[in-house]
Amino acid sequence: MLDVTTLRKDFPVLERQVHGRPLVYLDSAATSQTPQQVLDAVDGYYTRYCANVHRGVHALAEEATAAFEHARGRVAQFLRADVRGVVFTKNATEAFNLIAYSWVPSNMGPGDVLLVTQMEHHANLVPWQLVQQQVGFDIEYVPVTGDGRLDLDVFDEIVGRGKVKLLAVTAMSNVVGTINPVASMAERVRAVRDDAVVVVDGAQSVPHMPTDMAALGADFLCASGHKMLGPTGVGVLAARPELLERMPPFLGGGEMIADVTMQGSTFNEVPYKFEAGTPPIAEAIGLGAAVDYLDGLGMDNVRAHEERLIGACIAALTGIDGVTVHGPHDPAVRGAAMSFAIDGLHPHDIGTIMDREGVAVRAGHHCAKPLVRSLGAVATTRASFYVYNTADDVAALARGIEITKEFFGGRMVR
Amino acid sequence: MTEDLYHDIILDHYRAPRNRAPELENADVRVHHNNPLCGDELDLRLRVDNGEVPVIDAVVYDGEGCSISMASASAMTEAVIGRELSDAEDLARDFRAMMHGEPVGREDDLLDGIAFSGVAKFPVRVKCALLGWMALRDAIATFEQGADSNRVTHEETPL
Repeated sequence: MLDVTTLRKDFPVLERQVHGRPLVYLDSAATSQTPQQVLDAVDGYYTRYCANVHRGVHALAEEATAAFEHARGRVAQFLRADVRGVVFTKNATEAFNLIAYSWVPSNMGPGDVLLVTQMEHHANLVPWQLVQQQVGFDIEYVPVTGDGRLDLDVFDEIVGRGKVKLLAVTAMSNVVGTINPVASMAERVRAVRDDAVVVVDGAQSVPHMPTDMAALGADFLCASGHKMLGPTGVGVLAARPELLERMPPFLGGGEMIADVTMQGSTFNEVPYKFEAGTPPIAEAIGLGAAVDYLDGLGMDNVRAHEERLIGACIAALTGIDGVTVHGPHDPAVRGAAMSFAIDGLHPHDIGTIMDREGVAVRAGHHCAKPLVRSLGAVATTRASFYVYNTADDVAALARGIEITKEFFGGRMVR
Repeated sequence: MTEDLYHDIILDHYRAPRNRAPELENADVRVHHNNPLCGDELDLRLRVDNGEVPVIDAVVYDGEGCSISMASASAMTEAVIGRELSDAEDLARDFRAMMHGEPVGREDDLLDGIAFSGVAKFPVRVKCALLGWMALRDAIATFEQGADSNRVTHEETPL
């Protein structure tokens, strides 16, 4: 069980006020707050051993390289991934683009199907659409049911046609919180076609529940540093190293080469082949510290804490007249990102009044327009919870909704 | 600061909209404006008294959107009905200037529209307040070109 009262002291920002009220931060699905331990790790790099990595023989360069590679090792352990397959990117979006521009053109062509779902974040949709124009495969979508789950009957039907060469699916929805049965979907895809690969969007699942890349059946797993207590500017692509070895480079430049002549270049071994130029050194070291912090809490404890909170939150909100909670209501099958609607009110109005009360929620389409459309909406209000949130925050959200309803109350019903 | 955004007059137009209707008898023009990034949808219908100097005889709006966009459209209708087309366009330009924090020349003519001056402090909401006025200008332009309908999608910075 998490000792939330104690761990909150690790997050300096939680002491601040917003519009004269204590901050209630419910937007961790967009960006999580940063503990002092991560700030110290970033600060330590800049104040004691700031140097470029993998170059130079001086002490600072060696220390920086050791810390950077240590962080890679910690991330690999955290994801139960092979360290040779862990590539630092600038964000999860770049990790998807790396796969789209490196793996897809040399492995897919006309007649192949790239299967995604209607639940995906735009980062797991747009790169495939862009590369489709160059390569000419087909993109098919697994639809979402009314209660925010994937329609697995349609999934089975599409996979059964034998054309799916790549499945790209999120492990946890950033809009409605649904946890998808990624492992069984991966197994099904491979049973039909053994050369198929599975790309898992772990941006929401990795920060909030234990991750085991092999158990997920993932060939590629994408994650984001700033959603898991780490700094912005760093993301992760974890891949099976043998796949990376057969893939052409994505970005060219320094660091990723073995030799360069005027005639051409040969490339470094993996994962360095995919880290062109100076990587996000301080950010990766900070991410390593975030992983240490989360491991210290225990990811089973993190998941149990959030399951309790989201259960209490859904119970509180469904008891308020005029409020609809989107997605599954059973906390056992969902994460702690939750979209809701208040009858007759636009999310931007809800978000503004909530902000006045010190409650930070997200209003908009959450970079997942196909999913939001399936809810019959153009935008939703989203509250998302993390390790530092408490039952008091759930109460503040419920109170904020009542205040918002009252503020706009008396609107003529048409 | 929130009070600058949700002025009492704005809330009044949101709760009790003026000239909000799905149809307008003998309308000359219908325009539909939407902003896909925040999901606002606005229908505007215009009827022109086409005498020697064309005058706005009636204007109604309908749609879905945040309180600022719907209330601003409501206040706009009251400010422009009975005005010559060119005069209404001039007033729309004045409202736009106000939304960009510039001095307002026709404060009194904007009627309740003046209550939206505080929205200028909330850059992401300015486009909401402008939606109805942009639709009006488009409806007038459409009428002057001899057409009877138009659709416009506003691409704006995502929130």
